Amino acid sequence: MSEFVLEMKGIEKAFAVPVLKGVDFSLKAGEVHALVGGNGAGKSTLMKIMTGVYSKDAGDILINGEAVSIQSIHDAGKYGIAMIFQELSLIQTMSVAENIFLGEEVTKNGLRDTAYMNRRAKEVLDNLGINVDPGTVVSSLSVGMSQMVEIAKAVSKNAKILVLDEPTASLSDSETEHLFKLIADLKEKGVSMVYISHRMNEILKIADSITILRDGVIAHTGSVKDIDLDKIIMHMLGDNRGNRFHWVEREYNKEAPDLLTVEHMKINDKLTDISFSLKPGEILGFAGLMGSGRTEILETLFGIRKMLGGTVKINGAPVSIRNTRDSIKSGFALIPEDRRKQGLVLIHSVKENAILPKITKLTRGILVDEKTADHMVEENVRNLGVVTDGIHKRINLLSGGNQQKIVVAKWLNMQPEIIMLDEPTAGVDIGAKAEIIELIRRVADEGKGVLFVSSELTELMAICDRIIVLYDGRIIRSLSRKDIKAEEELQYAIQQDK
Amino acid sequence: MPSSRTNKKEIQWDKYMVYFIFVGVFIVFAIALGSKGFLNANNLINILRQTAVISIIAVAGTFVMAAGQIDLTVGAVAAMTAMIVSLILEKTNSIILALAVGVVFGALIGLVNGVLVTRFGLPAFLATMGMMQMIRGSAMWITDTAAVPISNETFCQIFGIGSVGPVPVLVIWTILFYIIGIILFNKTPFGRHILATGGNETSAGYSGINTMKVKITAFIMSGAFAAFGGILYAGRLQAGRYSYGDGDEMSVIAAVVIGGTSMSGGTGSVIGALFGSILMGMINNALILANLSSAQQTVVKGAIIVLSVAVSNIAQKKKKN
Repeated sequence: MSEFVLEMKGIEKAFAVPVLKGVDFSLKAGEVHALVGGNGAGKSTLMKIMTGVYSKDAGDILINGEAVSIQSIHDAGKYGIAMIFQELSLIQTMSVAENIFLGEEVTKNGLRDTAYMNRRAKEVLDNLGINVDPGTVVSSLSVGMSQMVEIAKAVSKNAKILVLDEPTASLSDSETEHLFKLIADLKEKGVSMVYISHRMNEILKIADSITILRDGVIAHTGSVKDIDLDKIIMHMLGDNRGNRFHWVEREYNKEAPDLLTVEHMKINDKLTDISFSLKPGEILGFAGLMGSGRTEILETLFGIRKMLGGTVKINGAPVSIRNTRDSIKSGFALIPEDRRKQGLVLIHSVKENAILPKITKLTRGILVDEKTADHMVEENVRNLGVVTDGIHKRINLLSGGNQQKIVVAKWLNMQPEIIMLDEPTAGVDIGAKAEIIELIRRVADEGKGVLFVSSELTELMAICDRIIVLYDGRIIRSLSRKDIKAEEELQYAIQQDK
Repeated sequence: MPSSRTNKKEIQWDKYMVYFIFVGVFIVFAIALGSKGFLNANNLINILRQTAVISIIAVAGTFVMAAGQIDLTVGAVAAMTAMIVSLILEKTNSIILALAVGVVFGALIGLVNGVLVTRFGLPAFLATMGMMQMIRGSAMWITDTAAVPISNETFCQIFGIGSVGPVPVLVIWTILFYIIGIILFNKTPFGRHILATGGNETSAGYSGINTMKVKITAFIMSGAFAAFGGILYAGRLQAGRYSYGDGDEMSVIAAVVIGGTSMSGGTGSVIGALFGSILMGMINNALILANLSSAQQTVVKGAIIVLSVAVSNIAQKKKKN
């Protein structure tokens, strides 16, 4: 019998471009194996192959030394592999016990045996030290508790291999502690876990082994005992330390009066005191881990979240932002994090999407001036190099990069003073990515202010004049780009605890 | 850009399905029932007259459904408005006053519907279903179910039985409302706001559209148009009766959906709703000419609604693939 419960050998996968180029990954029984790598390194693709979401182009998967074929999530479940998703997949309106037994309801005389299922669920939960009543409706649980219920559900179905994808991203400190205890318990019961996280401190604390992926190949694999933060970051970055996009020092008047001043902004219990300022023509980046509060700051400035305290000034004059309309009038624009859900109306055309915020101004009398609108969008398409058969094509038929260009165009058409971008290059191919970055530079060169949120440090390093580092809702550093010698420094700053 | 032109010409089967069905059904009836007078000018104009109220309410219904909402109060609003108008005419004989109060009543009901749905977060289906029963009940209550005859001849001429040359006023009203509806829907920013709200409310909000206001406005339109429908009922039948418009909400929904408006919002066609409405009127008429009993008519009508929506859905699915 093999020493490994699961082995993946020579895994290859390409989506137009190769994402995994012959990856080997082995998991021992009862170990916590950290999987680390930058965005786009191939972590989630590898895990999706393991859990049957994607099919592999080449390579083998072995369970307990025997080759198996995993074609679907159902197959993966058969071999005891379960993924705990970032977005929880429990049914919110059903009870904990109902969720645990979903699809495998126990019946007595043809009716659901609720009493038995509650009792059995209670055993499972108790066994894992999870303190929740099985009759509780899931929607009333905290995020942390829901996640543990999801783990319990997987374990109750005899999962032997759990994949945890950024499990602590939206957990509080105490919930995180609780989760770590659960992970330790599961380990003792012989469950193996793949732990995906960007939080190196957590990995060094709870993982036994580590595998570092870089650009679709294994950069390093070994025991966590033999590694430290320095080495992890070194392996993650490899030779291409920030060279993919070159930083060009930009000229803007650093003595100019502030375009935007945010003072003591309070958003929620975590983000209580956010202050920063932005000069005209400046690109200010926000770096931080998932859940550190970057998106919340942008959404508050855009009037989507309520500001509970503090002031926002534009050109020195305080503005009141009660809703998105107020924010747009004050000169803000937001390219939101989720292009498909927040940025676009997918069933509508390129044109309809591009003119949406501006349409009340694109009128002659009370009627929409279609000619001017058409011209504007055709110019957008030309200027931004959008690849489309025409402006009347449905936007969901365009590639991610071209869709994103339309989201940018729709806001450039409003001629905003301050452009906020939240992960604008997520799910965008490398070519379009470079174009979008170039576009942001161009916009800033025209004297607009830019707030830029990205999880890709390479990108932040390439484009920002200044970078604010957030940790757990607080601004812990404000770095001038010139003073950052290498991506490592930024990575350290983000990981920094307390 | 010539390329954008060619794209416009791509035939959107789901959108135009109603016209194909319409023409197909018309030809079938013309052949099968031509000898029974289906093609007589009188009969055809009659169809238009009989469908006028549904057609007019369906204009606003298109806005409501394109915004992803539903309004079940329209039939009840028509009945209640007819009662209000007849009573005001009976007491004051003022057409202007009757008209104003009637339309304002409808608009107010729409406002209440809109506020229930947006501010209080009620699902439109439930909110308007409850409102429907309250309004229908009130219409029965106000005269203890007694009909109120209208003796004002001018009113009945303008809003019901009159005609300009050979064209009945009901047809003229229909055309007028469709012109307004088509311009509003296809040509103004408001029309786009409706579609964006129904297509993706979050995105619309992120684009600075006040989606709450958009939805409330659609309900107000629906209420006001339904009220006007009630005025036409009163004019045509020269009386107010609580029973007017019973089931009209369903006919309106069917007309709008057959016309190519998606029940989940985001797409819609005002002119399509007119064809949807006339199509149903035509079927009604043909079934009577074919000497079907009213029980049989009901069965066939239901089957045709299911069939035409199914056909256009299949066309839509084909397009997606």
